Amino acid sequence: MSDTVLSPVNMSRTTRTFDWRRTPGLPTFTAAILVFLYAPLLILVIYAFNGSRMVTIWQGFSLQWFVAIAHNADIRDAALNSLIIAVVATIASTLISVAGALALERGNLRLVRGIAAGLVSMPLVVPEIVVAITTLVFFSSLGMHYGLLNLMIAHTVFCIPFAILPIQARLRDMGGSLEEAGRDLYADEWRLFYRITLPLLAPAVGAGAIMAFVISLDDFLISMMVSSAGSTTLPVYVYGMMRLGVTPEVNAISTILLVISTLFVAMALFLGRRQKRPVVN
Amino acid sequence: MRLKNSYLLISPAILTIGIFMMIPMCIAFVYSFMTANPYGGVEWPTTFDAYIQFFYQRDFDDSLVFAPDYIFIILRSIYLAVATTAICLVLGLPVAWYIVCQNEERRRLLLFFITLPFWINTLIRTYCWILILRDEGLANNALRWLGVIKDPLPLLYNDGSILLGLVYTFLPFMVLPIYSTLERIDPRLIEAAHDLYASRVSVFRRIVWPLAKPGALAGATLVFAPALGSFLAPDLLGGGKKLLIGSLIQMQFTSSRNWPFGAALSIAITAVILLVMMLRAWKAPVRESRA
Repeated sequence: MSDTVLSPVNMSRTTRTFDWRRTPGLPTFTAAILVFLYAPLLILVIYAFNGSRMVTIWQGFSLQWFVAIAHNADIRDAALNSLIIAVVATIASTLISVAGALALERGNLRLVRGIAAGLVSMPLVVPEIVVAITTLVFFSSLGMHYGLLNLMIAHTVFCIPFAILPIQARLRDMGGSLEEAGRDLYADEWRLFYRITLPLLAPAVGAGAIMAFVISLDDFLISMMVSSAGSTTLPVYVYGMMRLGVTPEVNAISTILLVISTLFVAMALFLGRRQKRPVVN
Repeated sequence: MRLKNSYLLISPAILTIGIFMMIPMCIAFVYSFMTANPYGGVEWPTTFDAYIQFFYQRDFDDSLVFAPDYIFIILRSIYLAVATTAICLVLGLPVAWYIVCQNEERRRLLLFFITLPFWINTLIRTYCWILILRDEGLANNALRWLGVIKDPLPLLYNDGSILLGLVYTFLPFMVLPIYSTLERIDPRLIEAAHDLYASRVSVFRRIVWPLAKPGALAGATLVFAPALGSFLAPDLLGGGKKLLIGSLIQMQFTSSRNWPFGAALSIAITAVILLVMMLRAWKAPVRESRA
């Protein structure tokens, strides 16, 4: 700030303590907002370790509810379903996104570009409930009742925008000069991709894949509408538990989901942070 | 720097979203003009019944009676979505401004903490409030312990708790776009204003707010659209009795088994949201051109 103070009139002002970057009350307000965002989550986690069956009465630290969950076969099945769907949806959406991002950022799509960009952002724009019921209507009108496969397809669709965003941003940031240099040295398209673009793109692909994985793992509404008996995912199962009432088991399983999302997202953001460094000046 | 096979590369994305999202929306549009099958699904003939049902109820003698129930649900959903947007704006704008005023390191940290909730399961984030608001919940227990109340206050299952859940869910959507527009403000503008003896209030009113407006508009769209179609907050915090459009649509495909009506509601809500977005695009002409 001080380097912008140049004129003699301003010189005298530097001696005053006025700083427009410090608005009184604002630090407190922001702190309050952060408390508002995180206190409920913290309360949930604390309750998950409560020894009492009465959720709101504290009775000492205990891991018994986590043990109970680990022994619950239904939860294990649901978790396995969620994992399978998330892995397949992540791989599919990441592959589609790498190709799509390359075409959008490096390709020559002309009119198709606008249409493609619009389509890719559709799953973010249309309300989840609408995506959920239209997907349900689609599968039922075709008579497709393949359980997990239906869910894999539905998840792949809404994972694409989350996977493609970091990849596109990275392609834009790193510019095309290295690829151009490779082309000048007679590298063909594949070699160019494997030796130059992909290594530079790798962190963003990783970040995109993790985002897609978390979004798939956490999805509730679309899974609930599309899933059938035998293809229940973990959030759908947990929702069923919640409808039956507040129990320590719900707190414990929610805490596990919470921790998984947090860890993965922290990882993705770390990858994204590394890629901020400029590659080519 | 041009790929030769760019059409081939983009086609998987176009095909996946086209086949599994756009075609389903078209099918839902067609379904909204079909007759409901009482066991779920639809049958012939085509009819406008689903849209008529927005306003009228069919009586036993097949005459139409004006029934504003669904209109009230739709209006209530719009009112709650607008209120959510307004509250998020009031809470989000100062936070965004505070983050902009910090140094690089703290900005990154604060942005991380604002973004993180977005990635945490909405189901779980909504459920947390049940723990706090229910009759034997934290808030009521605390108030009882303090001796303020004897009987638990009915904090859950009302419009207030739904609104709280919606604000809690969508607040990050407001902070981030405002932040990204404020970040680009030239600090010299603000310094110049202060040098010319502008007060904090007038700097905010005449400089910060006009420059933050496009971000606030983007944030408002990002909050309004999902809030309008939200399912979890009304379902878990509203007890499923206070219906909003989102839960009304979901019901048509589960307990009520009226697929055409559900499809018609979905079409209506999507149309409203696209309209809002178009309005925004029209109000805020191209802000950033692509490099």
